Amino acid sequence: MKIVGRAWCFGDHVDTDLIIPGRYLNVSDRDELAKHCFADLRPEFVRDLSPGDVVVAGVNFGCGSSREQAPLAMKAAGVGAVVAKGFARIFYRNAFNIGLPILESEEAAEQIGEGKRVSIDLSTGAIVETGNGTCFSARPIPDFMRAILKQGGLVNYLKSTGGRI
Amino acid sequence: MAMTITEKILAAHAGKDNVSPGELVRVNVDLALANDITAPLAIEVFEGLGTGQVFDKEKIALVPDHFVPNKDMQSAQQVKLTREFAQRHGIRHFFELGQAGIEHVILPEKGLVVPGELVIGADSHTCTYGALGAFSTGVGSTDLGAIMATGMTWLKVPSSIRLIYEGVLPPWVGGKDLILHTLGLLGVSGAVYRALEFTGEVVGELSMSDRLTMANMAVEAGAKNGIFEPDGIAEEYMAGRSDRTGIFFKSDPDAVYEKEFRIRVDDMGPQVALPHSPDRVRPIDEIGTVPLDQVFLGSCTNGRLEDLRDAAVLLEGRRVAVGIRFIVIPGSPLIYREAIEEGIIQTFLDAGAVIGPPCCGPCLGGHMGILAEGERALSTSNRNFMGRMGHPGSEVYLASPVVAAASAVEGRIASPAEL
Ligand code: SF4
Repeated sequence: MKIVGRAWCFGDHVDTDLIIPGRYLNVSDRDELAKHCFADLRPEFVRDLSPGDVVVAGVNFGCGSSREQAPLAMKAAGVGAVVAKGFARIFYRNAFNIGLPILESEEAAEQIGEGKRVSIDLSTGAIVETGNGTCFSARPIPDFMRAILKQGGLVNYLKSTGGRI
Repeated sequence: MAMTITEKILAAHAGKDNVSPGELVRVNVDLALANDITAPLAIEVFEGLGTGQVFDKEKIALVPDHFVPNKDMQSAQQVKLTREFAQRHGIRHFFELGQAGIEHVILPEKGLVVPGELVIGADSHTCTYGALGAFSTGVGSTDLGAIMATGMTWLKVPSSIRLIYEGVLPPWVGGKDLILHTLGLLGVSGAVYRALEFTGEVVGELSMSDRLTMANMAVEAGAKNGIFEPDGIAEEYMAGRSDRTGIFFKSDPDAVYEKEFRIRVDDMGPQVALPHSPDRVRPIDEIGTVPLDQVFLGSCTNGRLEDLRDAAVLLEGRRVAVGIRFIVIPGSPLIYREAIEEGIIQTFLDAGAVIGPPCCGPCLGGHMGILAEGERALSTSNRNFMGRMGHPGSEVYLASPVVAAASAVEGRIASPAEL
């Protein structure tokens, strides 16, 4: 599966309050949540995002609250993938569980600039900045997580295993 | 094989003799928790799985606490959906307004967690129960929905960081200062995927309330869990709350730690976290004059009876400074009642505070004390991210209940020693 889009660059420690502020958590509707993605940090985000665009960030992306509304809002807004130096652990699980592709790569996160075109091959973990052809490779994920991703999230995975974790 | 307390609890719940860091294990869950923000999505997932039945109606706790009393129609719908699910499945531990308080305050209070258990909650501060010697950690709604169906989840065994607190605690310094200082040391990603084990002579003297405060903020360093070895103080706390005694696991003397930090407490003063990160911590006498608009005493970090009591001692015979909004929210109905009986609430009212019903309140900028642009608050809660308590252009400082009380009186961030 290939993801192609522009890069939106963020810094370190982007917390879940920034991804979706607490005041918008009184609903579970994805499209409603999507409207407020990065509302305080980058108010233009939802307006200017094209489906498939890639969020590029530093260390500890998604720290803070366990709110799954954070990856859900990003996915519903059209984010194709998140490339970061590292992820907070609950966010990491949540992203896999709801099927938002996330990739860890120090170099890619360091070098890909704002607005650059990026293409990602999820099956190999190759991240390419198409403008200059620089190729980065994401840290491999455990087989177990790959299986969840392959099924499109935890719900389908559990259905495929007959409820066995 | 030598193991830490965290590894022992995980091994016991994975049905294994031993586990080691990095290993993926399938574990049985003793208690699954969700709140009014996370339960509705978890219920959707649960229903999508189509198992029909929850794994155990005694082992699920649903606590509406973030936007209650319902702040608007949408939150009312969320709670209604959760309530109806609880009724449909006969879930015993659904807490309606009047019994409900903040999830992490009422679960220990009602004896729903005992030492040695494994608790998974769809809330990042589920790590609070490590204070009781349990393994507890936060997950998102999908994981929780799956646990409600299967009673199981998968975890990666974390490596452990040992924090050793040594010396004698000075006056006005408590669990909140210890954990803030520790966060300053570790940083907000200093313990990502790790277990934080709180040890040392100081810890043995700490009340359960202080320990709950410290374990609560383990996640602020990115930790998977924070944990204390259960001891006599834990045993005393449990007495009368639960008929289960639990298992008092202890780390082996030769257990392996990824890192160790020795922290001397003798010269520590009250600590304050500056905006917008819980690891921007400074001793209070280094932050200069910081005028305030609002002080919040409450949350799952510091909304317990001891916290209110410590603050009330300082407020006795004093008044909140003109122009300060002092919001006090007891963490549970029981705490509220005890605070009334002890005259604590009277003291707060006489001082000019406003008392809110047990809930999360302004902690997450939901309702009951939202900040306007440019406003500055001191809060006893656990997070001061940008926009956490309201407008993205507002500021939140974090500190202990006694600093909150002194600051409310002075109208600026103040040490209790100044009163
Ligand atoms: S009091 Fe604050 S940190 Fe604690 S559960 Fe409520 S919103 Fe979360």
